[in-house]
Amino acid sequence: MESLVASGIGILTGAGVYLLLRRRTLPVIVGLTLLSYGVNLFLFAMGRLTLDRPPILGDGVAAYTDPLPQALVLTAIVISFGMTALVVVLALRGYLDTGTDDVAIRQSDMVRDFGPQNLGHHPLDPQARRDAW
Amino acid sequence: MYVPLVVLIPTLGAIAPALAGRLGRAGCAAVAAAVSLSALAVLLSLAPAVLRGEPVALHLPWIPGLGLAFSFFVDGLGLFFAGLILAMGLLVIVYARYYLAPADPPGRFFASLLLFQGAMLGIVLSDNIILMLVFWELTSLSSFLLIGYWSHLAESRQGARMALAITGGGGLALFAGALLLGDIAGSYELSTIIRRAEVVQASPLFGPTLALILLGAFTKSAQFPFHFWLPHAMAAPTPVSAYLHSATMVKAGIFLLARLWPVFGATEAWFLTVAPIGLATMVIGAWIAIFKDDLKAVLAYSTVSHLGLITMLLGLGTKMAAVAAVLHILNHALFKAALFMSAGIVDHETGTRSMARLGGLRRAMPITAALALTATAAMAGVPLLNGFVSKEMMLESAWHATYAGQPWLFPLLATAGALFSVAYSARLAAVVFFGKETHPTGSHPHDPPAGMWAPVAVLVAPVIAIGLLPGLAQPLVEVVAAAVVGSALPEFQLALWHGLTPALGMSLAAMAGGLAMLLVFAPIERIRDALPRPDAKAMYEAAVRGGAAAAHAVVRALHTEDLTRYALVIVLATVGIGTFGFVTGSHAPGTRATLEASLPAVVGWGALAVACVIAVLRHQDRLLLLLVTAVVGLMVSLAFLHFSAPDLALTQISVEVVATILMLLALNLLPKTSPRETARPLRFAQAALAGASGLGAGLLAFAVLTRDYLPISGYHIAQAKPGGGGTNVVNVILVDFRGYDTFGEIIVLGIAALVIFALLELSARARQAAGRAARAPAFRTGDAHPIMLVVTTRLLLPLALTAGVYIFLRGHNLPGGGFIAGIMVGIAFIMQYIASGYSWADERFRFDPQRMIGAGVLLAGLTGIGSWAFGYPFLTSTHGHIDIPLIGDVELASVILFDLGVFLVVVGTVLLALATIAAVESIGDQKPADARTPADEPKPSPASRVRIEQEEHV
Repeated sequence: MESLVASGIGILTGAGVYLLLRRRTLPVIVGLTLLSYGVNLFLFAMGRLTLDRPPILGDGVAAYTDPLPQALVLTAIVISFGMTALVVVLALRGYLDTGTDDVAIRQSDMVRDFGPQNLGHHPLDPQARRDAW
Repeated sequence: MYVPLVVLIPTLGAIAPALAGRLGRAGCAAVAAAVSLSALAVLLSLAPAVLRGEPVALHLPWIPGLGLAFSFFVDGLGLFFAGLILAMGLLVIVYARYYLAPADPPGRFFASLLLFQGAMLGIVLSDNIILMLVFWELTSLSSFLLIGYWSHLAESRQGARMALAITGGGGLALFAGALLLGDIAGSYELSTIIRRAEVVQASPLFGPTLALILLGAFTKSAQFPFHFWLPHAMAAPTPVSAYLHSATMVKAGIFLLARLWPVFGATEAWFLTVAPIGLATMVIGAWIAIFKDDLKAVLAYSTVSHLGLITMLLGLGTKMAAVAAVLHILNHALFKAALFMSAGIVDHETGTRSMARLGGLRRAMPITAALALTATAAMAGVPLLNGFVSKEMMLESAWHATYAGQPWLFPLLATAGALFSVAYSARLAAVVFFGKETHPTGSHPHDPPAGMWAPVAVLVAPVIAIGLLPGLAQPLVEVVAAAVVGSALPEFQLALWHGLTPALGMSLAAMAGGLAMLLVFAPIERIRDALPRPDAKAMYEAAVRGGAAAAHAVVRALHTEDLTRYALVIVLATVGIGTFGFVTGSHAPGTRATLEASLPAVVGWGALAVACVIAVLRHQDRLLLLLVTAVVGLMVSLAFLHFSAPDLALTQISVEVVATILMLLALNLLPKTSPRETARPLRFAQAALAGASGLGAGLLAFAVLTRDYLPISGYHIAQAKPGGGGTNVVNVILVDFRGYDTFGEIIVLGIAALVIFALLELSARARQAAGRAARAPAFRTGDAHPIMLVVTTRLLLPLALTAGVYIFLRGHNLPGGGFIAGIMVGIAFIMQYIASGYSWADERFRFDPQRMIGAGVLLAGLTGIGSWAFGYPFLTSTHGHIDIPLIGDVELASVILFDLGVFLVVVGTVLLALATIAAVESIGDQKPADARTPADEPKPSPASRVRIEQEEHV
């Protein structure tokens, strides 16, 4: 059973990393989700694998599985949900605003927010840096 | 008991002049003086005990785990410095009241000055070395504000920035040194560290500790080669120069050297570094001062030189040298502050500080001239003034110092320093006050109002008194010097005449040489001008520019605006570090008994593996990608269930539902496929990298899973029922043992939801794009709201809500709780949106999700604060039994309110996130404007604040 869980974690991590390296937002988000699954399982596995001994106190039960990793992972799941939702919306907004869901930021899109109209210089322009100093 | 008041009165009192800004110069100065005076009164009430040799201390724990304590103590050294700071402060405040121009904002000036005063007092009275560092940084900051007070002048700004960069950088080094010192000594209390001097001296980290601390002290006290910031700090208003840059702040480094003298003073390394650096600073500073034209620049380099003198005396490591250092700290503060104020008066009256444009002022301003000349003579070390006494003792100490086997080195250079100091003093006096009367045309210099010269006179009086009767300073110097050396002092007598000593000879030689040098000043200056010499400011600026350029180059190389590359770098680094760990550490499986693989487990594993493979190979088809992701989530939930984690399984499965709906909603607006963009070789490389990551994670997990370990959760299991009042240990951990974490987490969730809401306030262009995407005919079903679905979900709503309440209520004892119930209830509402359409559901939904989030965080927080009312720390829980008629005995824990807060936040987050996306989708529900009928027109929803404007659909 241990080898199944360990290899499962490995598969999730590998698939997650591969999708993370794609160029479009949605696959990247899914990659993050798969990676989160892998990480959550990994954290959970720190409490080792136990069958039929949930950490619910009862009479006559002597042994329980380690509840601490479970509590950690429970919050991790909820936080990853919050993060996923945020990134999805970010991707959506980016797509609606720019017409592309490429994860690279185009120069033209950079310029619109920070560009000549607003600052007078591109934020990374060396001349502007010197003047600011 | 009252010790902290000395520090706190000026620090907190700094607000008073800021508020009194409307009262003008006089009002602000009066308020500031009152604050300083009350601090001085408190200090003086402590003085008798300290002078009897009984240090006063107060110790309050602050963060004991970090060794940080709010502890102060006043011994001779602290009393001396604190008295100096407050007395000088008062004089400077009086002087500044007349010095500031009507246009200068007085509130800001006096507030910064008091803040500085409090910080400085904090340095000299703190017992805890970390607390001292806090005040140390505060002096750097307040000095930045004061140097840059005239912020419209470029040189003020540059000077302030340079001072901050140098002293702040030194402060960082000192921080590291102080941490090392505290670590070695096993305490961060200075009084304890001093008692454990041998432990520190024997430590292998002695060298680095000393070097870091000295770096802090030398930058603050402008020792060579960090001396250059001090002259540039003279762009500050003159009262600031007199106060910070001669009498007090620059002495902070010296104070530190004196304070740590018992720890380091007797060591070889101390003597070998501190003494020569002090000596070099003394000679170089004095040499430069001779050739400066600006009055304040002369005084600034002279200050550098005198600071070097004191540093050298402390560096010599003998007790008599320490006595001389203490006396000179006092003497220098007196005559140098007087001189700065005089320079300010001259500047004030003539409008210039350039010596080339001044001359013969003794006739025009006799009082100022008399005072300034006395102070100048003291600075030169003329007999019958205080400077002579301490300079004599300095030469005596230097006479006995043998450095690197050379007995002549220190005496010779010390005499040279004294000689230069005579030269610049004599030049200053001769040029400004004697000779033909010259000053800029149009100015009519005369003595200023008494308020401006009186502080100078108050300073000059002790200059003469100590000069005539050195014995007057004897009791004070004895107490202070005893506190510096930390042990009994040798017998000594401060006196004018010690007989025909070598020091007297050196003194006379310096006098004669200095005056002689003045006679041949012009040729010497020509020779100096002809020789190349390093410009410290230019080097500093080159270093700053170089640093900025390097940082910029790094940023440009890293900031490529290509997120894929960032991710690649992160993964590469992680794999690299992981590989290093695998190669160097042990990763072999352990011997823990393993479980046998069951058939359901193998099936689940297979489903997960297949889903992952499909996700990787077919990720271009986005709908398929989301579907297989949901399969993976399901398998993970089942794994949790299988391995005794019912709470996790419930959470994962419900989160899975919400996340899938969310992504599908987003997909409705996003492109439905991803193009193949990555070239094949790169794709294979990425796949190899991903494979390596997966392999590493898997092997690591296997190594851990097969080893035994000692859990720390025994306590939680044992205490869940008696301490937390629940039998579901996971839930008790979440809402009780680790309640504060959960509190932080729901705040994060709430923020995420609000950001989502803000992000989907779309621009007009984005709304058009959303409308086009959602209206795409290929993805419209024939029936948007199938009647079967509508009826079923409406029937299910009360059932789902009941189930949610049930899951919530039992959570403390059985699997469930606020998180899970929140998501379930959220799903129940979301189903209505899906089945019946956004506008139908939104009209009927009466709760504002934003308010739910706010109420939830507030409720959880209030529950936590509630325990304060009973005298317990934040989030302490209580529980008890309540007997409800008919239902019977019910056990209730106060954390159920906390969990209710969690529940509200989660429901609010789920609803806000999904409903906001749904609102954007509903833009597409509207028919184009020309075909619109009144019945179809959806009502704008106040909850979602989606403004629907017709022109966008044209």
